[in-house]
Amino acid sequence: MGRYLLRRLLQLVPVFIGTTFLIYWLVWSVPGDPFAGKCGERRCPEQYVAFMTEKYQLDQPVLVQYAHYMQNLFQGDFGETFSGRSVNDIIVAAYPNTLKLALVALAIEALIGITAGVLTGLRRNGFLDNLVLVSTLFLIALPVFVIGFVLQWLLGVQWGIVRPTVSSEMRLTELLVPGFVLGSASMAYVARLARTSIAENRRADYVRTAIAKGLPMRRVVGVHLLRNSLIPVVTLLGTDLGALMGGAIVTEGIFAVNGIGREVYRAIVTKESATVVSIVVVLVLVYLVMNLLVDLLYAALDPRIRYE
Amino acid sequence: MEFRTRDGVAKVINGVTYHVDAGETLAVLGESGSGKSVTAQTVMGILDTPPGFVTGGQVRFHGKDMLTMSDEERRRIRGEGIAMIFQDALSALNPVFTVGFQIAEQFRVRRGMGRAEAKKRAIEMLDQVKIPNAKSRFSQYPHQFSGGMRQRAMIAMSLALDPEVLIADEPTTALDVTVQAQIMDLLAELQRERQMGLILITHDLGVVADVADRIAVMYAGRIVEEADVYELYAKPAHPYTIGLLESIPRLDEKGQELRTIKGLPPNLMNIPPGCPFNPRCPMAQPVCREKIPPLLQVAPGRASACHFAEELVSRD
Ligand SMILES: Nc1ncnc2c1ncn2[C@@H]1O[C@H](COP(=O)(O)OP(=O)(O)OP(=O)(O)O)[C@@H](O)[C@H]1O
Ligand code: SF4
Ligand SMILES: [Mg+2]
Repeated sequence: MGRYLLRRLLQLVPVFIGTTFLIYWLVWSVPGDPFAGKCGERRCPEQYVAFMTEKYQLDQPVLVQYAHYMQNLFQGDFGETFSGRSVNDIIVAAYPNTLKLALVALAIEALIGITAGVLTGLRRNGFLDNLVLVSTLFLIALPVFVIGFVLQWLLGVQWGIVRPTVSSEMRLTELLVPGFVLGSASMAYVARLARTSIAENRRADYVRTAIAKGLPMRRVVGVHLLRNSLIPVVTLLGTDLGALMGGAIVTEGIFAVNGIGREVYRAIVTKESATVVSIVVVLVLVYLVMNLLVDLLYAALDPRIRYE
Repeated sequence: MEFRTRDGVAKVINGVTYHVDAGETLAVLGESGSGKSVTAQTVMGILDTPPGFVTGGQVRFHGKDMLTMSDEERRRIRGEGIAMIFQDALSALNPVFTVGFQIAEQFRVRRGMGRAEAKKRAIEMLDQVKIPNAKSRFSQYPHQFSGGMRQRAMIAMSLALDPEVLIADEPTTALDVTVQAQIMDLLAELQRERQMGLILITHDLGVVADVADRIAVMYAGRIVEEADVYELYAKPAHPYTIGLLESIPRLDEKGQELRTIKGLPPNLMNIPPGCPFNPRCPMAQPVCREKIPPLLQVAPGRASACHFAEELVSRD
């Protein structure tokens, strides 16, 4: 187990370097002038451009810039923006908000998705099953911004049940609707996966055994069937956290959440490569760590899996 | 009992009657697909519905029909009144829980015992089925057991609540020959100790001779013959049984080719009219294609479903 963990952690290194370089290079090759609009209506003076180019090594090849960036990164320094603001500050301010939103989305998605999946998996082709099938199709087919704007307008503006936007305090109650919106598509996939998994395992011999032992139906389903059926669902949920955080940009925009989505957008427009890369680098880390956690969780849930 | 599938309705059990008393072993014998497992599942109430539907009949336990009971009443009989062990212990045990958990669970849920006490009882059960190092085996998972040990664990689990009747559905088919004999011995021993009724489902006549008191032979979802084990071997009263007996390899006929029953068992969606065995029966007469022979008593304690059963029994 210890050796497995070590190997997995070592595997993260090339993946981490590869992905971050790719991002760095992509941002570097996006056309656009980092000095556009920096000096009001006029073009920036030559000296200023020369000074900034020197300071941020903008004339160096991308590899050199990248190496320099990574060097700082390993010392915990994400660099600074052209206006001199520390990227660390931006990350510290924006990431917790996005993480909160993503966690709320994940919780809602797990709760509703699994419940719907279990109920329909046990009783296929009933009314509830059809209802869930149709509504999951809706959630998958509709783009997030449609669901977002419709719910915001309906619940926030028309009926006034919730605040249409999230305040800077990020209260849990305010996050329920944005969380639902953010997690909506994944929720549909979770529901469908749970349904299939339950329906498949329901016929398994060990479920029969559990019934033949005279256990109450509640226990047969809640202990024997659920534990086996949820293994793939848990995997899906675990790897989804990174996707939710990275995909929060639209939802954050609609509900005015001060998260990484907004920062990334702003940074891309102004060609602040340090900011873009840093935010994405942290996102990559979240993905990698969650993947590792899911693999470890998998072993805990299914004793047949052994890691060497 | 029938299966309603896309291809049609399969009448899987059709007039099966058998009973077992305390301390008695009844062997249910028949080819693959003859409906042995489905009968047992109907008795236990663990049929897959759909496609399986019970369309009539009774399953009586102490005289009470289990099919008309409430679900709760029926559940209480499972495990305590009637328990079952399955052919493939690997798939019948839950892969994600320890063997010990799955045995102790019954003591906790059905007997309301605490964790420690249930564990102690479960280890005792593992001991009783002669699993070495029962204590450490308690916390292992099914895939860490060998095939024979797994079946022993399955037996321990089924006997935990001290059932009055045990249904064993081909308990040894998945095992090697040497292990088969050990498991059969264990089953026979436990049955004797506990004086429980044992319904042993098998297609292996060799297994039956040593342990069974009575035999019920199934063909195409019916009982075609039922008799005391010695009488059945000495003088089978149904051509199908004769065919089965002739197809057992025998030491004194070494070198001779085995005789087997010609043809295949019928498709249960399309059972031939008259006696279901008539297309394969060497004794078939025109009447066999028209009239279904009912299961009738041909001698005290034995019954056969053949138009010519009387002749078979009275023949020397
Ligand atoms: N779930 C099901 N759906 C449709 N048909 C089924 C189902 N289960 C069993 N059957 C059919 O019922 C018939 C009897 O099956 P059963 O399992 O009782 O046979 P068996 O006598 O136990 O055979 P074996 O020795 O192979 O275990 C078979 O023809 C089988 O195809
Ligand atoms: S009834 Fe006829 S076909 Fe059926 S077993 Fe007897 S002799 Fe054979
Ligand atoms: Mg069977």
